[in-house]
Amino acid sequence: MAEMPEKLTELVEDMASITDRTERAEMLIEMADRFDEVRVPSTLATKPYDERHKAPACESEAYVWAVDQPDGSLKYYFDVLNPQGLSAMAMSVILGETVSGQPLDQVINVSDEIVFKIFGKEISMGKGAGLMGILKLVRAEARARLQQN
Amino acid sequence: MSTPISERDYAHPEVLVSTEWVAEHLNDPNVRIVESNEDPLLYPSGHIPGAVQVDWTHDLNDPVRRDYLHKAGFESLLSRLGISKDTTVVFYGDKNNWWATYAFWVFQLFGHTNAKVMDGGRAQWEREGRELTRVVPEYLPTQYTAPERDDSRIRAFRDDVLAHQAAGKPLIDVRSPAEYSGEKLHMPEYPNEGALRGGHIPGAKSVPWSKAINPDDGTFRPASELKTLYEQEQGLSSDKDVIAYCRIGERSSHTWFVLTYLLGYPHVRNYDGSWTEYGNLVNVPIEK
Repeated sequence: MAEMPEKLTELVEDMASITDRTERAEMLIEMADRFDEVRVPSTLATKPYDERHKAPACESEAYVWAVDQPDGSLKYYFDVLNPQGLSAMAMSVILGETVSGQPLDQVINVSDEIVFKIFGKEISMGKGAGLMGILKLVRAEARARLQQN
Repeated sequence: MSTPISERDYAHPEVLVSTEWVAEHLNDPNVRIVESNEDPLLYPSGHIPGAVQVDWTHDLNDPVRRDYLHKAGFESLLSRLGISKDTTVVFYGDKNNWWATYAFWVFQLFGHTNAKVMDGGRAQWEREGRELTRVVPEYLPTQYTAPERDDSRIRAFRDDVLAHQAAGKPLIDVRSPAEYSGEKLHMPEYPNEGALRGGHIPGAKSVPWSKAINPDDGTFRPASELKTLYEQEQGLSSDKDVIAYCRIGERSSHTWFVLTYLLGYPHVRNYDGSWTEYGNLVNVPIEK
């Protein structure tokens, strides 16, 4: 895999090494429980959200925002409209905690492959597509900033 | 708030149970509550006490070919879940019972007709402040004997759909309007959802699956409203042979359930290949 943010690399390696589905689920649920830490503040966006921030193919209706930081990086915020969208919430927390504040050229290198390493190879096509949709928006925001500079 | 199930004038009201009914039967040895979700994290995060999980990917799908499990797999699954032929299986899940009806549909391929759906699904149970637990129950295994899987009655394959479409028979596309029109695949910044072409099967009517649900509580709309939706607005009737489809057959199983059990249509099939198959087929007609 191309170089991506170190914290994300470590997390992906840890998750990929888990073979027990129950253990993996418990770790992801713990991450989803931290969703409020990455939830978009009302000062940044209120509902109904601009559809341009909506993650494609995500049935849980996840949204992504990126705020420019003084050091040139981005801080990411999320919302997931489906209160039962735990996987989307976990994905949002993972990205919010590992790619916010990281070099943009590393953020654009984050591969869709991490979805399967984190959530398991057997993840359904629809679920995988939705989680990749969240990641795609995260990369798109970073790519847009790089193209501006 | 929705009306009681018995007052909604369904063709087969016995197939739906309320959350109250489930709460009263949590310890009924003849009932097995089954949770089936799109999101596999939901069940382990908390479920109805005594409920078991049927995971669509791990429990219902063939691991190699795009198909469902066969007789031996189904027998093994039900035996493991402590289900016998006499067990009333009650399905519930997330997103208005979207995946619960998918699992219900698969169980019907093997003739386990002693099955019901909990109206309102997981969200309704939670909204009512009812108990959830992370304890995974263990049941004594049974010796379940299933018939060979029978796809003929309620499952449509590609050639069935092509013949159906050529004959001008009714098709229901239950995806979103943007998927139906193919608009989504026209936006270059959006990834395609597993299909190379967007649009719908010619002649298919657009009736998004969630229109059958009360948005406030996820319960099914009464028969009068469903008839307005499907019959008055789309010209369907119970004497017709109907095929429903979506992307992979999950949402269309919900519509299959509505038409079959709530409106009593005797000839409804779910095309589980759906748009991920049809939208990738070479040289088939598509409408936008």
